Amino acid sequence: MKYIDEYRDGETARQYALAIARLTTRPWTIMEVCGGQTHAIVKFGIDQLLPPEITLIHGPGCPVCVTPVELIDKAVEIAERPEVIFCSFGDMLRVPGTEKDLFMVKAAGGDVRMVYSPLDALKIARETPEKQVVFFAVGFETTAPANAMAVYQAHHQGIENFSLLVSHVLVPPAMEAILSSPLNRVQGFLAAGHVCVVMGYAEYEPIARRYRVPIVVTGFEPLDILQGVYMCVKQLEEGRTDVENQYTRSVRPEGNQAAQQLMREVFRVVPRRWRGVGDIARSGLGLADAYAHHDAERRFGAATHTAEDASECISGLVLQGVKKPHECPAFGTRCTPEHPIGAPMVSSEGACAAYYRYRGAYGAVPAAGTSG
Amino acid sequence: MCLAVPGKILSIGEPEGLWRTGRVSFGGIVKDVNLAYVPEAAIGDYVIVHVGFAISRLDEAEANRVFDYLHEMGELAELNVGSAVEDRV
Repeated sequence: MKYIDEYRDGETARQYALAIARLTTRPWTIMEVCGGQTHAIVKFGIDQLLPPEITLIHGPGCPVCVTPVELIDKAVEIAERPEVIFCSFGDMLRVPGTEKDLFMVKAAGGDVRMVYSPLDALKIARETPEKQVVFFAVGFETTAPANAMAVYQAHHQGIENFSLLVSHVLVPPAMEAILSSPLNRVQGFLAAGHVCVVMGYAEYEPIARRYRVPIVVTGFEPLDILQGVYMCVKQLEEGRTDVENQYTRSVRPEGNQAAQQLMREVFRVVPRRWRGVGDIARSGLGLADAYAHHDAERRFGAATHTAEDASECISGLVLQGVKKPHECPAFGTRCTPEHPIGAPMVSSEGACAAYYRYRGAYGAVPAAGTSG
Repeated sequence: MCLAVPGKILSIGEPEGLWRTGRVSFGGIVKDVNLAYVPEAAIGDYVIVHVGFAISRLDEAEANRVFDYLHEMGELAELNVGSAVEDRV
């Protein structure tokens, strides 16, 4: 496919890897923020192309992984109601709540439906006025314009039986939380390209300055990631801490203004709890007052805080880049995609699922010279 | 979750503004896509699509930058090697 295949060219990738190796004089630790980038890095073995001095660590950019357990519990509770059709992106269905996941509700006869777009859920609401249709609005800034549009259309078309269970999170506050942590190892960031398609990258300038880290807005194909790493390492070697844009074919400095305008209309910034990480101020979106009647928590009762389960899942450390997935004692044994203990093993963009899928139950790359 | 895929706009429907939609081809698979957030996009343009919404028009002029950058780097490296050799001579 055009705009995909050419960015997977092996020879160009090797040239980039060589260029990075020539450039690197000492160890650097770089975090890719987005789960989509993590997936590409593990799938294409990009980390193995890099010189040993460069460590890529995987960030919190998987919204499925950071949705707090109380919202999963609330989703389960709403989905079990007989008058409800509960719609969600597929990834959310198997994320474990305290006792159940949404898939178990579906198996027990609940009307839980996987949809591709929030507009599909809105269509179900339009065609099924006798039912309450609830959409699980999970995602980063990339997904917020789509969910904003669904609510906006529902509001203006008078589709009253449509509501959102909102668990929207924002990337820059999470990056700041990581940088402020005493455990922080991150020296440079590959910022999430599609988040920046929507938001632009002005909000990263103060972060780069305050924490003295280079931030390179980066795409998702192998060559994008390699160029992003090159640009980031170049800054680190030169002692610069600028915000740069690798993903220029899609990202404009100011982002998508039309999308931001509707996001501002429909949402407001709220504090959010991140699963495994904790509370982060101003790190999420909730519905603005004018659209609050489409808020599922208002319609069906607010989610109440549940203590994090005492399972052995170390997702918080994985999401902050402190540990790699295979360093978890449960990885590949007690925690697998078929029987996940934690969310990062569920989502296709979770770091644990990516390691398991492409590197097997040990999560490590076979040693050089071994044959398979 | 933030997966977004490039596709080519084949046609654009009647309603304008927030209800603007079009048919977009992803390597031959055609889907209806909301185009409200890319008012500048026209038939034949490539757009990045996420959960049924086009969120950016692909800039064809920038699309080769990842390759150009590598070539420029190569030329710079050669220049540096060249000047280093000259210094020694």
